[in-house]
Amino acid sequence: MTFDAIDAWWWPFVFILVGGWLVTDAWRFLGVYLGDRITEDSDLLVLVRALATALVAAVIGNLIVFPSGALADTALALRIGAVVAGFVAYLFLGRKVLVGIVAAEAVLLAGLWMGSSHADMAALHGIFTSA
Amino acid sequence: MLRADAMDLHSSRSAPEATRRGRWYLRGVAAAVSVPGLILASAFIGFAGLAKEAGLTLVQTVFMVGMVWALPAKVVLVGAIMTGASLPAAAFAVALSSIRLAPMVVALVPELRGPNTPRWVLYFLAHFVAVTSWVLAMERLRGIPPAMRTSYYAGLGSTLVLFNMLVVAVTYVVAENLPPMVSAALFMLTPMYFLTSLWGSARERAGHVAMVLGIVLGPLLHLVVPGFDLLGAGLIGGGVAFGLHVAARRRAAA
Repeated sequence: MTFDAIDAWWWPFVFILVGGWLVTDAWRFLGVYLGDRITEDSDLLVLVRALATALVAAVIGNLIVFPSGALADTALALRIGAVVAGFVAYLFLGRKVLVGIVAAEAVLLAGLWMGSSHADMAALHGIFTSA
Repeated sequence: MLRADAMDLHSSRSAPEATRRGRWYLRGVAAAVSVPGLILASAFIGFAGLAKEAGLTLVQTVFMVGMVWALPAKVVLVGAIMTGASLPAAAFAVALSSIRLAPMVVALVPELRGPNTPRWVLYFLAHFVAVTSWVLAMERLRGIPPAMRTSYYAGLGSTLVLFNMLVVAVTYVVAENLPPMVSAALFMLTPMYFLTSLWGSARERAGHVAMVLGIVLGPLLHLVVPGFDLLGAGLIGGGVAFGLHVAARRRAAA
Protein backbone atom coordinates (compact mmCIF):
# COMPACT_ATOMS: atom_id res chain seq x y z
CA MET A 1 0.00 0.00 0.00
CA THR A 2 2.88 2.39 -0.68
CA PHE A 3 2.79 5.29 -3.13
CA ASP A 4 4.16 3.01 -5.88
CA ALA A 5 2.22 -0.11 -4.83
CA ILE A 6 -0.44 -0.07 -7.56
CA ASP A 7 0.63 0.58 -11.11
CA ALA A 8 -2.35 2.69 -12.18
CA TRP A 9 -2.58 6.39 -12.95
CA TRP A 10 -5.24 6.97 -10.29
CA TRP A 11 -3.50 5.31 -7.36
CA PRO A 12 -1.12 8.21 -6.46
CA PHE A 13 -4.15 10.53 -6.42
CA VAL A 14 -6.05 8.21 -4.09
CA PHE A 15 -2.92 8.09 -1.91
CA ILE A 16 -2.76 11.91 -1.80
CA LEU A 17 -6.52 12.20 -1.15
CA VAL A 18 -6.61 9.71 1.73
CA GLY A 19 -3.14 10.35 3.13
CA GLY A 20 -3.26 14.11 2.67
CA TRP A 21 -6.61 15.74 2.04
CA LEU A 22 -8.84 13.60 4.29
CA VAL A 23 -6.60 13.80 7.35
CA THR A 24 -6.10 17.58 7.10
CA ASP A 25 -9.61 18.74 6.19
CA ALA A 26 -11.08 16.44 8.85
CA TRP A 27 -9.36 18.61 11.48
CA ARG A 28 -10.48 21.80 9.75
CA PHE A 29 -14.11 20.59 9.64
CA LEU A 30 -13.95 19.56 13.30
CA GLY A 31 -12.67 23.08 13.99
CA VAL A 32 -15.70 24.64 12.26
CA TYR A 33 -18.08 22.34 14.14
CA LEU A 34 -16.57 23.26 17.52
CA GLY A 35 -15.82 26.91 16.70
CA ASP A 36 -19.42 27.52 15.67
CA ARG A 37 -20.50 26.64 19.22
CA ILE A 38 -18.21 29.04 21.03
CA THR A 39 -18.70 32.72 21.87
CA GLU A 40 -16.08 35.27 20.96
CA ASP A 41 -15.12 36.45 24.44
CA SER A 42 -15.20 33.18 26.33
CA ASP A 43 -12.23 31.95 28.35
CA LEU A 44 -12.35 28.72 26.37
CA LEU A 45 -11.43 30.70 23.27
CA VAL A 46 -8.41 32.22 25.04
CA LEU A 47 -7.32 28.66 25.84
CA VAL A 48 -7.86 27.45 22.28
CA ARG A 49 -5.98 30.45 20.90
CA ALA A 50 -3.08 29.77 23.27
CA LEU A 51 -3.00 26.09 22.19
CA ALA A 52 -3.07 26.99 18.50
CA THR A 53 -0.41 29.67 18.97
CA ALA A 54 1.91 27.30 20.85
CA LEU A 55 1.42 24.67 18.13
CA VAL A 56 2.31 27.09 15.34
CA ALA A 57 5.29 28.33 17.40
CA ALA A 58 6.46 24.71 17.67
CA VAL A 59 6.29 24.45 13.86
CA ILE A 60 8.46 27.60 13.69
CA GLY A 61 10.95 26.18 16.19
CA ASN A 62 11.25 22.95 14.20
CA LEU A 63 11.72 24.86 10.93
CA ILE A 64 14.68 26.65 12.53
CA VAL A 65 16.27 23.76 14.43
CA PHE A 66 15.46 20.92 11.98
CA PRO A 67 15.22 22.74 8.64
CA SER A 68 14.89 21.20 5.18
CA GLY A 69 16.71 21.89 1.93
CA ALA A 70 19.97 23.82 1.80
CA LEU A 71 19.25 25.44 5.17
CA ALA A 72 19.88 22.01 6.75
CA ASP A 73 23.55 22.32 5.74
CA THR A 74 24.08 25.51 7.75
CA ALA A 75 25.26 25.65 11.37
CA LEU A 76 22.51 25.59 14.03
CA ALA A 77 24.20 28.44 15.93
CA LEU A 78 24.12 30.60 12.78
CA ARG A 79 20.43 29.90 12.21
CA ILE A 80 19.51 30.70 15.81
CA GLY A 81 21.72 33.81 15.73
CA ALA A 82 20.00 34.99 12.55
CA VAL A 83 16.51 34.42 14.00
CA VAL A 84 17.36 36.17 17.29
CA ALA A 85 18.87 39.14 15.41
CA GLY A 86 15.80 39.34 13.19
CA PHE A 87 13.40 39.14 16.11
CA VAL A 88 15.28 41.81 18.13
CA ALA A 89 15.27 44.08 15.07
CA TYR A 90 11.53 43.46 14.69
CA LEU A 91 10.82 44.27 18.37
CA PHE A 92 12.92 47.44 18.57
CA LEU A 93 12.62 48.92 15.08
CA GLY A 94 8.91 49.61 14.90
CA ARG A 95 7.54 46.03 14.84
CA LYS A 96 7.68 45.73 11.05
CA VAL A 97 7.63 42.14 9.76
CA LEU A 98 9.84 43.08 6.82
CA VAL A 99 12.51 44.62 9.10
CA GLY A 100 12.75 41.36 11.06
CA ILE A 101 13.05 39.27 7.91
CA VAL A 102 15.69 41.48 6.29
CA ALA A 103 17.80 41.52 9.48
CA ALA A 104 17.64 37.73 9.87
CA GLU A 105 18.52 37.14 6.20
CA ALA A 106 21.42 39.63 6.40
CA VAL A 107 22.93 37.80 9.39
CA LEU A 108 22.37 34.39 7.76
CA LEU A 109 23.92 35.39 4.42
CA ALA A 110 26.83 37.20 6.11
CA GLY A 111 27.51 34.09 8.19
CA LEU A 112 27.30 31.79 5.14
CA TRP A 113 29.54 34.11 3.13
CA MET A 114 32.15 34.22 5.88
CA GLY A 115 31.86 30.46 6.32
CA SER A 116 32.30 29.80 2.60
CA SER A 117 35.26 32.19 2.28
CA HIS A 118 36.71 30.43 5.30
CA ALA A 119 36.20 27.09 3.54
CA ASP A 120 37.87 28.49 0.39
CA MET A 121 40.82 29.57 2.48
CA ALA A 122 41.04 26.12 4.03
CA ALA A 123 40.91 24.55 0.56
CA LEU A 124 43.66 26.88 -0.66
CA HIS A 125 45.67 26.09 2.43
CA GLY A 126 45.23 22.38 1.69
CA ILE A 127 46.43 22.86 -1.89
CA PHE A 128 49.50 24.79 -0.76
CA THR A 129 50.49 22.41 2.01
CA SER A 130 50.02 19.34 -0.19
CA ALA A 131 52.03 20.92 -3.04
CA MET B 1 -48.22 48.22 -6.58
CA LEU B 2 -47.17 47.25 -3.14
CA ARG B 3 -45.61 44.05 -4.46
CA ALA B 4 -43.68 45.97 -7.11
CA ASP B 5 -42.33 48.26 -4.42
CA ALA B 6 -41.26 45.29 -2.38
CA MET B 7 -39.50 43.77 -5.38
CA ASP B 8 -37.83 47.07 -6.10
CA LEU B 9 -36.64 47.29 -2.58
CA HIS B 10 -35.38 43.72 -2.72
CA SER B 11 -33.42 44.14 -5.95
CA SER B 12 -32.00 47.52 -4.97
CA ARG B 13 -30.82 45.98 -1.74
CA SER B 14 -29.32 42.79 -3.16
CA ALA B 15 -27.42 44.42 -6.06
CA PRO B 16 -25.27 46.69 -3.87
CA GLU B 17 -24.85 43.72 -1.50
CA ALA B 18 -23.27 41.70 -4.33
CA THR B 19 -21.02 44.56 -5.43
CA ARG B 20 -20.05 45.15 -1.82
CA ARG B 21 -19.13 41.47 -1.45
CA GLY B 22 -17.21 41.61 -4.71
CA ARG B 23 -15.28 44.61 -3.48
CA TRP B 24 -14.34 42.89 -0.18
CA TYR B 25 -13.44 39.71 -2.07
CA LEU B 26 -11.01 41.78 -4.17
CA ARG B 27 -9.58 43.38 -1.03
CA GLY B 28 -8.94 39.83 0.21
CA VAL B 29 -7.20 39.06 -3.09
CA ALA B 30 -5.09 42.20 -2.61
CA ALA B 31 -4.19 41.11 0.93
CA ALA B 32 -2.79 37.88 -0.55
CA VAL B 33 -0.59 39.83 -2.97
CA SER B 34 1.64 41.09 -0.17
CA VAL B 35 4.90 40.48 1.63
CA PRO B 36 3.48 37.45 3.48
CA GLY B 37 2.09 36.10 0.21
CA LEU B 38 5.47 36.44 -1.50
CA ILE B 39 7.20 34.75 1.43
CA LEU B 40 4.78 31.84 1.28
CA ALA B 41 5.38 31.57 -2.48
CA SER B 42 9.13 31.35 -1.84
CA ALA B 43 8.49 28.50 0.61
CA PHE B 44 6.50 26.74 -2.14
CA ILE B 45 9.47 27.11 -4.51
CA GLY B 46 11.35 24.97 -2.00
CA PHE B 47 8.44 22.51 -1.77
CA ALA B 48 8.31 22.03 -5.56
CA GLY B 49 11.97 20.99 -5.46
CA LEU B 50 11.28 18.56 -2.64
CA ALA B 51 8.31 16.94 -4.42
CA LYS B 52 10.30 16.60 -7.65
CA GLU B 53 13.13 14.97 -5.72
CA ALA B 54 10.61 12.51 -4.23
CA GLY B 55 9.55 11.44 -7.72
CA LEU B 56 6.08 12.99 -7.83
CA THR B 57 4.81 14.09 -11.25
CA LEU B 58 3.90 17.69 -12.00
CA VAL B 59 0.15 16.96 -11.86
CA GLN B 60 0.43 14.99 -8.60
CA THR B 61 2.43 17.82 -7.00
CA VAL B 62 -0.03 20.55 -8.03
CA PHE B 63 -2.97 18.33 -6.97
CA MET B 64 -1.38 17.88 -3.55
CA VAL B 65 -0.95 21.65 -3.12
CA GLY B 66 -4.62 22.29 -3.87
CA MET B 67 -6.05 19.41 -1.80
CA VAL B 68 -3.83 19.39 1.30
CA TRP B 69 -2.74 23.03 1.30
CA ALA B 70 -1.04 23.19 4.74
CA LEU B 71 2.69 23.17 4.00
CA PRO B 72 3.92 21.15 7.03
CA ALA B 73 1.33 18.43 6.23
CA LYS B 74 2.59 18.25 2.64
CA VAL B 75 6.21 18.06 3.72
CA VAL B 76 5.29 15.14 6.01
CA LEU B 77 3.33 13.43 3.21
CA VAL B 78 6.18 13.79 0.71
CA GLY B 79 8.58 12.54 3.37
CA ALA B 80 6.38 9.48 3.89
CA ILE B 81 6.26 8.87 0.12
CA MET B 82 10.07 9.18 -0.11
CA THR B 83 10.63 6.61 2.64
CA GLY B 84 8.12 4.19 1.08
CA ALA B 85 5.59 4.38 3.92
CA SER B 86 2.26 2.55 3.55
CA LEU B 87 -0.92 4.58 3.12
CA PRO B 88 -2.18 4.07 6.72
CA ALA B 89 1.23 5.06 8.13
CA ALA B 90 1.41 8.14 5.88
CA ALA B 91 -2.16 9.17 6.76
CA PHE B 92 -1.43 8.76 10.49
CA ALA B 93 1.72 10.91 10.31
CA VAL B 94 -0.06 13.63 8.32
CA ALA B 95 -3.04 13.53 10.70
CA LEU B 96 -0.72 14.00 13.69
CA SER B 97 1.09 16.89 12.03
CA SER B 98 -2.22 18.57 11.25
CA ILE B 99 -4.05 18.43 14.59
CA ARG B 100 -3.15 22.09 15.07
CA LEU B 101 -5.57 22.94 12.23
CA ALA B 102 -8.55 22.15 14.51
CA PRO B 103 -7.77 24.71 17.28
CA MET B 104 -6.69 27.22 14.61
CA VAL B 105 -10.09 26.94 12.91
CA VAL B 106 -11.90 27.04 16.27
CA ALA B 107 -10.16 30.35 17.02
CA LEU B 108 -10.87 31.72 13.54
CA VAL B 109 -14.57 30.83 13.19
CA PRO B 110 -15.95 33.35 15.74
CA GLU B 111 -14.00 36.13 13.99
CA LEU B 112 -14.98 34.96 10.53
CA ARG B 113 -18.69 34.40 10.92
CA GLY B 114 -21.07 37.26 10.21
CA PRO B 115 -24.59 37.68 11.55
CA ASN B 116 -26.18 35.33 8.97
CA THR B 117 -23.32 33.23 7.67
CA PRO B 118 -24.56 29.81 6.45
CA ARG B 119 -22.65 26.92 7.96
CA TRP B 120 -21.57 25.46 4.58
CA VAL B 121 -19.71 28.69 3.83
CA LEU B 122 -17.62 28.19 6.98
CA TYR B 123 -16.87 24.55 6.06
CA PHE B 124 -15.87 25.62 2.56
CA LEU B 125 -13.63 28.46 3.76
CA ALA B 126 -11.99 26.25 6.40
CA HIS B 127 -10.15 24.42 3.62
CA PHE B 128 -8.06 27.58 3.04
CA VAL B 129 -6.81 27.58 6.64
CA ALA B 130 -3.06 27.15 6.95
CA VAL B 131 -0.58 29.23 8.88
CA THR B 132 -0.23 32.18 6.48
CA SER B 133 -3.91 32.81 5.81
CA TRP B 134 -4.70 32.20 9.49
CA VAL B 135 -2.13 34.73 10.72
CA LEU B 136 -3.26 37.28 8.10
CA ALA B 137 -6.91 36.71 9.01
CA MET B 138 -6.39 36.94 12.79
CA GLU B 139 -4.48 40.16 12.19
CA ARG B 140 -6.91 41.85 9.80
CA LEU B 141 -10.46 40.46 10.20
CA ARG B 142 -11.09 42.71 13.20
CA GLY B 143 -10.90 45.77 10.95
CA ILE B 144 -13.44 44.41 8.45
CA PRO B 145 -17.25 44.73 8.72
CA PRO B 146 -18.51 41.40 10.20
CA ALA B 147 -20.93 40.75 7.32
CA MET B 148 -18.08 41.08 4.79
CA ARG B 149 -15.46 38.94 6.53
CA THR B 150 -16.31 35.68 4.73
CA SER B 151 -15.99 37.42 1.33
CA TYR B 152 -12.66 38.92 2.35
CA TYR B 153 -11.31 35.59 3.57
CA ALA B 154 -12.57 33.81 0.43
CA GLY B 155 -10.55 36.26 -1.67
CA LEU B 156 -7.49 35.91 0.52
CA GLY B 157 -7.59 32.11 0.84
CA SER B 158 -8.47 31.21 -2.74
CA THR B 159 -5.81 33.54 -4.14
CA LEU B 160 -3.11 32.06 -1.91
CA VAL B 161 -4.04 28.49 -2.91
CA LEU B 162 -4.39 29.13 -6.65
CA PHE B 163 -1.32 31.34 -6.91
CA ASN B 164 0.87 28.81 -5.12
CA MET B 165 -0.44 25.97 -7.31
CA LEU B 166 0.85 28.08 -10.19
CA VAL B 167 4.15 28.81 -8.43
CA VAL B 168 4.70 25.09 -7.80
CA ALA B 169 3.86 24.20 -11.42
CA VAL B 170 6.23 26.82 -12.84
CA THR B 171 9.02 25.94 -10.42
CA TYR B 172 8.61 22.23 -11.13
CA VAL B 173 9.05 22.85 -14.85
CA VAL B 174 11.82 25.44 -14.89
CA ALA B 175 13.73 24.77 -11.66
CA GLU B 176 17.35 23.96 -12.11
CA ASN B 177 19.34 23.65 -8.94
CA LEU B 178 19.38 26.95 -7.10
CA PRO B 179 22.71 28.06 -5.59
CA PRO B 180 22.75 26.68 -2.01
CA MET B 181 23.04 30.15 -0.49
CA VAL B 182 19.89 31.36 -2.28
CA SER B 183 18.07 28.17 -1.34
CA ALA B 184 19.10 28.50 2.34
CA ALA B 185 17.91 32.11 2.38
CA LEU B 186 14.55 31.04 0.90
CA PHE B 187 14.05 28.39 3.57
CA MET B 188 14.79 30.96 6.29
CA LEU B 189 12.00 33.28 5.08
CA THR B 190 9.11 31.13 6.30
CA PRO B 191 10.05 30.76 9.99
CA MET B 192 11.06 34.44 10.22
CA TYR B 193 7.80 35.54 8.68
CA PHE B 194 5.70 33.24 10.89
CA LEU B 195 7.61 34.35 13.99
CA THR B 196 7.19 38.11 13.53
CA SER B 197 3.63 38.09 12.20
CA LEU B 198 2.39 35.63 14.83
CA TRP B 199 3.90 37.82 17.55
CA GLY B 200 2.11 40.83 16.10
CA SER B 201 -1.25 39.07 15.82
CA ALA B 202 -1.39 37.84 19.45
CA ARG B 203 -4.54 39.05 21.20
CA GLU B 204 -3.39 38.86 24.79
CA ARG B 205 -0.19 38.28 26.75
CA ALA B 206 -1.05 34.58 26.88
CA GLY B 207 -0.35 34.51 23.14
CA HIS B 208 3.22 35.72 23.62
CA VAL B 209 3.83 33.29 26.49
CA ALA B 210 2.46 30.43 24.36
CA MET B 211 4.76 31.44 21.51
CA VAL B 212 7.94 31.51 23.57
CA LEU B 213 7.11 28.15 25.15
CA GLY B 214 6.06 26.58 21.86
CA ILE B 215 9.13 27.65 19.92
CA VAL B 216 11.44 26.14 22.56
CA LEU B 217 9.34 23.05 23.35
CA GLY B 218 8.78 22.11 19.68
CA PRO B 219 12.42 21.20 18.89
CA LEU B 220 13.04 19.82 22.40
CA LEU B 221 10.08 17.43 22.21
CA HIS B 222 11.07 16.57 18.65
CA LEU B 223 14.22 15.05 20.09
CA VAL B 224 12.45 13.27 22.95
CA VAL B 225 9.11 12.17 21.46
CA PRO B 226 9.26 12.65 17.68
CA GLY B 227 5.77 12.52 16.16
CA PHE B 228 4.16 14.05 19.24
CA ASP B 229 6.35 17.16 19.30
CA LEU B 230 3.81 19.61 17.89
CA LEU B 231 0.89 18.26 19.88
CA GLY B 232 2.94 18.12 23.10
CA ALA B 233 4.34 21.62 22.64
CA GLY B 234 0.83 22.92 21.92
CA LEU B 235 -0.74 21.29 24.97
CA ILE B 236 2.04 22.21 27.41
CA GLY B 237 2.81 25.68 26.00
CA GLY B 238 -0.83 26.61 25.49
CA GLY B 239 -1.88 25.12 28.84
CA VAL B 240 0.80 26.98 30.82
CA ALA B 241 0.08 30.24 28.98
CA PHE B 242 -3.64 29.90 29.74
CA GLY B 243 -2.90 29.07 33.40
CA LEU B 244 -0.81 32.23 33.74
CA HIS B 245 -3.57 34.22 32.00
CA VAL B 246 -6.19 33.02 34.52
CA ALA B 247 -3.83 33.57 37.48
CA ALA B 248 -3.02 37.13 36.33
CA ARG B 249 -6.70 37.96 36.01
CA ARG B 250 -7.44 36.57 39.48
CA ARG B 251 -4.65 38.72 40.89
CA ALA B 252 -6.01 41.76 39.09
CA ALA B 253 -9.51 41.06 40.44
CA ALA B 254 -8.29 40.51 44.02
